[in-house]
Parts: sequence; structure tokens; C-alpha cells
Amino acid sequence: MATSKVAPGEPVIKFALLDDVLNLARANSLWPMTFGLACCAIEMMAAGASRFDLDRFGAGVFRPSPRQSDLMIVAGTISRKMAPAIQMLWDQMPNPKWCIAMGNCAISGGPFEYDGQYAIVPGADLIVPVDIYVPGCPPRPEGLIQGFLALEDKITKGENRNLLRRFRRTGRKSGS
Amino acid sequence: MGSLVTSEWFRLVLGLVIVLAFSQLNALFLVWLERKVAGHIQLRIGPKEVGPFGLLQTIVDGLKLVGKELITPRSADSRLFPIAPVLVFMPVLVGFLVLPFAPNLIIRDMNVGVLLIFAFSAFTVLAILAGGWASNNKYALLGAIRSVAQNVAYEIPLLLAVLSVVLMVNSFQFSEIVKGQERVWFFLIQPVAALIYLICATAETNRAPFDIPEAESELVAGFHTEFSGMRFGLFFLAEYTNMFIVSAVATSLFFGGWHGPFGLDLGVPGIVWFLAKTYVLIFVIMWVRWTFPRLRFDQLMNLSWKFMIPLSLANLVVTAIVLKLV
Repeated sequence: MATSKVAPGEPVIKFALLDDVLNLARANSLWPMTFGLACCAIEMMAAGASRFDLDRFGAGVFRPSPRQSDLMIVAGTISRKMAPAIQMLWDQMPNPKWCIAMGNCAISGGPFEYDGQYAIVPGADLIVPVDIYVPGCPPRPEGLIQGFLALEDKITKGENRNLLRRFRRTGRKSGS
Repeated sequence: MGSLVTSEWFRLVLGLVIVLAFSQLNALFLVWLERKVAGHIQLRIGPKEVGPFGLLQTIVDGLKLVGKELITPRSADSRLFPIAPVLVFMPVLVGFLVLPFAPNLIIRDMNVGVLLIFAFSAFTVLAILAGGWASNNKYALLGAIRSVAQNVAYEIPLLLAVLSVVLMVNSFQFSEIVKGQERVWFFLIQPVAALIYLICATAETNRAPFDIPEAESELVAGFHTEFSGMRFGLFFLAEYTNMFIVSAVATSLFFGGWHGPFGLDLGVPGIVWFLAKTYVLIFVIMWVRWTFPRLRFDQLMNLSWKFMIPLSLANLVVTAIVLKLV
């Protein structure tokens, strides 16, 4: 019986097949949170409704509670007052979880970002780890669906860029 | 060996295994059906990409739920919180004990079968209250309180409607009740009771338009706000199994159980008739859910206390008088 050495830093036991199956399941059952910030949310609702139908991909179950959702779609402008709420919602979601930044405001602040502005957070990636960026002002529902498909590819490939940030729970600073 | 196969214990264990397998498969199918029905009512397609006609969608959902993190909130009751989802699933399984699927396909044909099912369905409410209380979350607690108020209100007309059927057969035994409908199904003789039963059953299973315990627009997700992963999955499973039980009871009380219409069996086995009628009733409950808006809480209470209870009482009295005269 041949014995193989375990390379340093590599896990001793690997659950490759199980991980593949679980990743496939996760990719095909992304439940988004019922959560919209501005006009992009209207396009998000349209993506869930009859013409575009996100439910075809198993992603149409919009859960009202963060405890039951896998995906946060940051759809709209993030005002400074809303930012702590978004962080709290993200912390309340169970692992593994993903985030889509939808629209220019959630990517970089969009038209509201200029020198001296004090009201908005320019970019969702400043407060939560973002996996997929869907540009547009607002993006069409097809754009959001493409974002979903890109996220599914990313999950089935097992890419875990955000692994550390995703699996470590950190205490929230009060009054941030 | 023969004594083992015919022994009571063997029957019970076999029945339990079959019931567990059936309830899981049934819930998997019903969740898929619900999403398909919802899709087609809203001019969508519903799940389509995962498996043929999206049939594997619920299996994938279940796998994902198993793989999710189980969160217990810091302020939650650490003992009650994990067992609440199990508590909610347990009484649902007991219902299968007395359901008359076919003349020879009843696990235990008890002479208090009807009472047993309704006694245990009342226990589900306690489990929901335990879940809402243990979460230590205001929305979960409000949802649980609403669930209790709603179930107390709707249990009464439900039982009164069932009682008028029991009066006609003079038995609480499911097989006797079904045998009494060989010629005419009871919903033709007792249309009011059948209607009241269906309305109250929808309310008992917390389904729309009576889903105020989990009203998304007011109470985040109601009593299961804090439950994540498979704990939430168990609440979901229990809801769909409950739906099956309620429809199966309606089938055997009002829609002839294993009999075909007007004594015509058409050579079809009894269990096929029974399951076909049950799934048609489940489809009707889903249809209602995706057609009507949610009731307000006071409308819900008024409907039960001011309308359904007097009506079911009157129905019971009329039934008793007619039975005495005939």
C-alpha cells in the first residue's frame, strides 16, 4: 500500500466530490434577500417578475429574513445612514454567502460621487465583500441575470477569493 | 419469521419508515409544484434550468440548506431554539398513523382517529410558539402570538364542521366515515361544513390568505425569522406535510376517501383515488394562495368569531335535528 506525503499547508482530508456537489447545489439555489435601496431595486423586481423570471435559475425565492438568504443584491445608492444597516444585514446572513453590487451607485457611487460630497458611500465594496459587479444606471434585468450566471460560474468553479473574509465573524464597531 | 412479519412492532417500524420517506418525497414534490403553480399563475415559467422541468430544484435547495451555517442568536434560548423545528415536525408525522389511504392501507385504524389527528395538529401551534419565544426576537414573538390567536379562533369552526360529519356516521373512525360515503360523498350532503373545513384548514396550516403569522410585509419572516439553514428547512417541510395531512383528512371526511364518484370505482385502486383527490385539494389551496391578498388581522378574527363559528354551530344544530327526524 503506497503512502503519499501531504504537502505543507494542504489539508489532510479533502472532500473534493462533496464540495463539488455542494457548490453545484449552492450555485443553483441562490436565494436573494428582499432588499432594495433605490431605483435599481425596481429593475431587480422586474428581473423576478414575469418577463425575465429569475425563478427559472432557482434564484427567485426572495427571502425576507437575512437568516435564510444566500445572496445580498446591493441594488442602489448607499447613503451613509444606510451603510451600518447594510453591514448588519450582511453580518446576519449565514455562511456561505455572496454579494452582487448592482448598478453604478453600488459599484463606485455613480453620479452622486464628486469632490466634497458627504452623503453617500462610494461603492458597496467599501463595506461588504462584493463578488460580482453589474454595471448600468440602472442595469437592465438581462444584465442582472448575466450577473447571476457569472456568480453561478464562480461558485461551481470553487473560487473562494473571499474565503477568509466570508468565514470570519468580526464584532461590529458601534457608531461606525 | 412469519411471526416477525405479522407482529405489531414490525408493522409500526415499517409504517414509520414508509411515512418518513413519503413525507420527505411529498414535500420535495409539493415545493416544486408550488413554485411551478406560482410561476404559471404569474405568467412566468417557474424553475426550469435544474433537471427536467426543474424537478431537481427542491433537491438542490435541500442540499444547499444542509450546507448552510446554523446560527443561534446570542440572546436566544439555547435549549429551546434548536429543538423547536423538530417539535414542529413531530406532530405532523403522527397524523399519518390514522390516515385511510385504502381499505387495507391504514397503519392503525383507531376508533378515535379523527380526534387524534386534530389533537396533534393543535400541538403544532405550541411548537411554533416555542420557536417564536426561543428566538428572543420581537418579530418572531409577534408572529408566534398571531399564530396562536389564529389557531385558537379557527380550531373551533374546524372541529364543529368535522363534528357534523361525525354525527352522520356515528363514529370517529376514519374507515367507518369513508365507508359511509360509498354512494354519495359527504360534501354533497354537507356543503357548508366542507367549505368551512377547507377555509379553516387553510388558516390552520398558516397559508395565504391567512398567513399573517409570517406576514412578510409586517413581520420580517414571522415566527421563523431567526432560523437559518436546515432548521428553517424543517419548518418548511412541516408546512408542506401539514398541507398534505389537511387535504387528506378533507378527502376522507368530505370527498369519499378511497371511493370513486357515486360508487363507480372504474377498476382504479383505492389509493390512486385517494392520492388523486388529495393532490387536487392541495392544488386548490395553492391556487387560493396565489390568487387572494393577505387578510388584515382584525378581518381574520372577525371572519372566524362573527361568521364562521355561528355558521358552523347552526350547521351542526340543523344536522342534528334532521338526523333525529329522518
